[in-house]
Amino acid sequence: MFDYLKYVREENFPHIWCSGCGDGIVLKALLRAVDKLGIDRDEAVMVSGIGCSSRTPGYVDVNTLHTTHGRALAFATGVKSAKPHLTVIVVTGDGDATAIGGNHFIHAARRNIDLTVLLYNNYIYGMTGGQCSPTTPRGARASTAPFGNLEPPFNISGLAIAAGASFVARGDVYNAKKLETLILKALQKKGFSLVEVVTPCPTAYGRRNRMANPVKMMEHLRDTAVSMEKWESMSGEERAGKFRTGVLCDVERPEYTEEYARLVEEVRTDR
Amino acid sequence: MMQGNQACAEGAVAAGCRFFAGYPITPSSEIAEYLSIMLPRIGGRFIQMEDEIAAMGATIGASLTGVKAMTATSGPGFSLKQENIGYASMAEVPCVVVNVMRGGPSTGTPTLPAQMDVQQARWGSHGDRGVIALTAKSAQETFQQTIRAFNLAERYMTPVILLLDEITGHTTEKVVIPERSTLEIVDRAAPDEPPGEYLPYRLTDDCIPRLAPFGTGYRYNVTGLVHNETGFPTNDSRDIACLIERLTKKIEMHEDDIVQWNEVMLDDAEVGIFAYGSVARSANAAVRLCREAGLRAGLLEPTVLWPFPTKAVLEMARRVKVIVVPELNLGQMAREVSLAAQCSVPVRRLGRVDGNPITPQQIVDLVGEVL
Repeated sequence: MFDYLKYVREENFPHIWCSGCGDGIVLKALLRAVDKLGIDRDEAVMVSGIGCSSRTPGYVDVNTLHTTHGRALAFATGVKSAKPHLTVIVVTGDGDATAIGGNHFIHAARRNIDLTVLLYNNYIYGMTGGQCSPTTPRGARASTAPFGNLEPPFNISGLAIAAGASFVARGDVYNAKKLETLILKALQKKGFSLVEVVTPCPTAYGRRNRMANPVKMMEHLRDTAVSMEKWESMSGEERAGKFRTGVLCDVERPEYTEEYARLVEEVRTDR
Repeated sequence: MMQGNQACAEGAVAAGCRFFAGYPITPSSEIAEYLSIMLPRIGGRFIQMEDEIAAMGATIGASLTGVKAMTATSGPGFSLKQENIGYASMAEVPCVVVNVMRGGPSTGTPTLPAQMDVQQARWGSHGDRGVIALTAKSAQETFQQTIRAFNLAERYMTPVILLLDEITGHTTEKVVIPERSTLEIVDRAAPDEPPGEYLPYRLTDDCIPRLAPFGTGYRYNVTGLVHNETGFPTNDSRDIACLIERLTKKIEMHEDDIVQWNEVMLDDAEVGIFAYGSVARSANAAVRLCREAGLRAGLLEPTVLWPFPTKAVLEMARRVKVIVVPELNLGQMAREVSLAAQCSVPVRRLGRVDGNPITPQQIVDLVGEVL
């Protein structure tokens, strides 16, 4: 049995997440991955924005930075640039990273700065009560889309790949062991690494979309999350309503802080 | 010889600044440009961010690792930065924000001087908090005030605003850079206790927290939510009041250390001029011209705008018959002067917002009119 208590701030429990929320499953997968890599807690910084997912760092016994809405990647860029030896993990959500923080998201990916980003995608603004987000599916109901959402959703992983991220994976909380592996790979990768985690929000999303029962939402994840291998063998019709999980992009690109260090070596005059 | 903006960059490096995050904006861009050359040469970090908000966020993130950090902007960018300036106040993260002012509202007059952000510097971010804002009238003063901005930020664990204006930023003039060893440089205080007993926001007599740099073995939480001594969020009313009152008290109780001003011929003055930034240059000339013409004018020239030099203004108000406040806005500081003077003397404002500087003669004419 894995000893989660070694990494958490027990005094801050119970956590704020609702029953049936998937955020705790992501947290546990992250802690197992961190443990496997033997990351020094003193040298780890977790940075988050605002929202349910962004409360994760408060429970983890590392250096933690809970910033303003959407700005986690901007703060994290400052931390990592100033002290590149630190392991910087960013925790954010679909609204935090791709609505109010959309600019920081694409530019952190473009810069290919060595951050590991866990983006909890629950298709909704959970903390503020269920307003539609940039990933709310077309037609789904939200407190600000009472007649169904008119807008098409972002493909977050696709956005990150297009912007230049060197590692992009998508996982889900039903397949928690696989999620752990994806997070582990993301942490090992030098460069901007994104793990988009599909996770249920029964309270704010499920209730409005005929999935109020958390078990039903998990079963829905089980039925719609498709591995890369299986995805390749599926027809267009079979893929409808489903999503791919696994490593979507893993390429070698110059990493920003290493490039900067090289520049400093070239132009340095204070020696 | 150097431009005010270059003097700002030189002052930052002299103060120990080793991180700058910025976004291009006139008339402050030269600060970023100079630092993009200077910082890598001394092992520092320069980064051009995707927007003003990000530049402020990155500055705070860098500072939390123990590195002295700065950003620079102008009016519209200063508006965007307010969100994270408030964060730096709330989380008590030292950093310097330079605002080379232009005219507003909105995009306004990017290449022309103004002083329209002096109240924004005080109240631009939501919520109650103490604010430190400095100003300078020349390249030489800009060099010194940039160093002082870092020193105050590190001493009081707070963002410090340096309000320059287009004239100060773009005027090229002589700057004497003193020997490094003669400069007073302040570094933030280290925690008094080992990690096991550490409370990042421990209540101290001086109201100033001792935040350990990330990566030094003190693992704690930083948040923009109301927090208690542990750094974790709280909704306890006593904790809320304690923090919010302390953020104001922290600056107020140290006002005597922070607030500074210069006085020119105020002892026997009948008219007191209150002027700051580039307008103080015209005001200095105006005092000379007035005296030559037999008009007893004197000058109170604050180099710190926030906290407001209330005591100095009240003292001046007791001595003079009338106070005049020339400024490149429509009375933002004249209003403060009236409050500080407690209606003891009339306060006449001279606001110019056409993109031109206030001339010495304009001030002399007003002095002649009120006497």
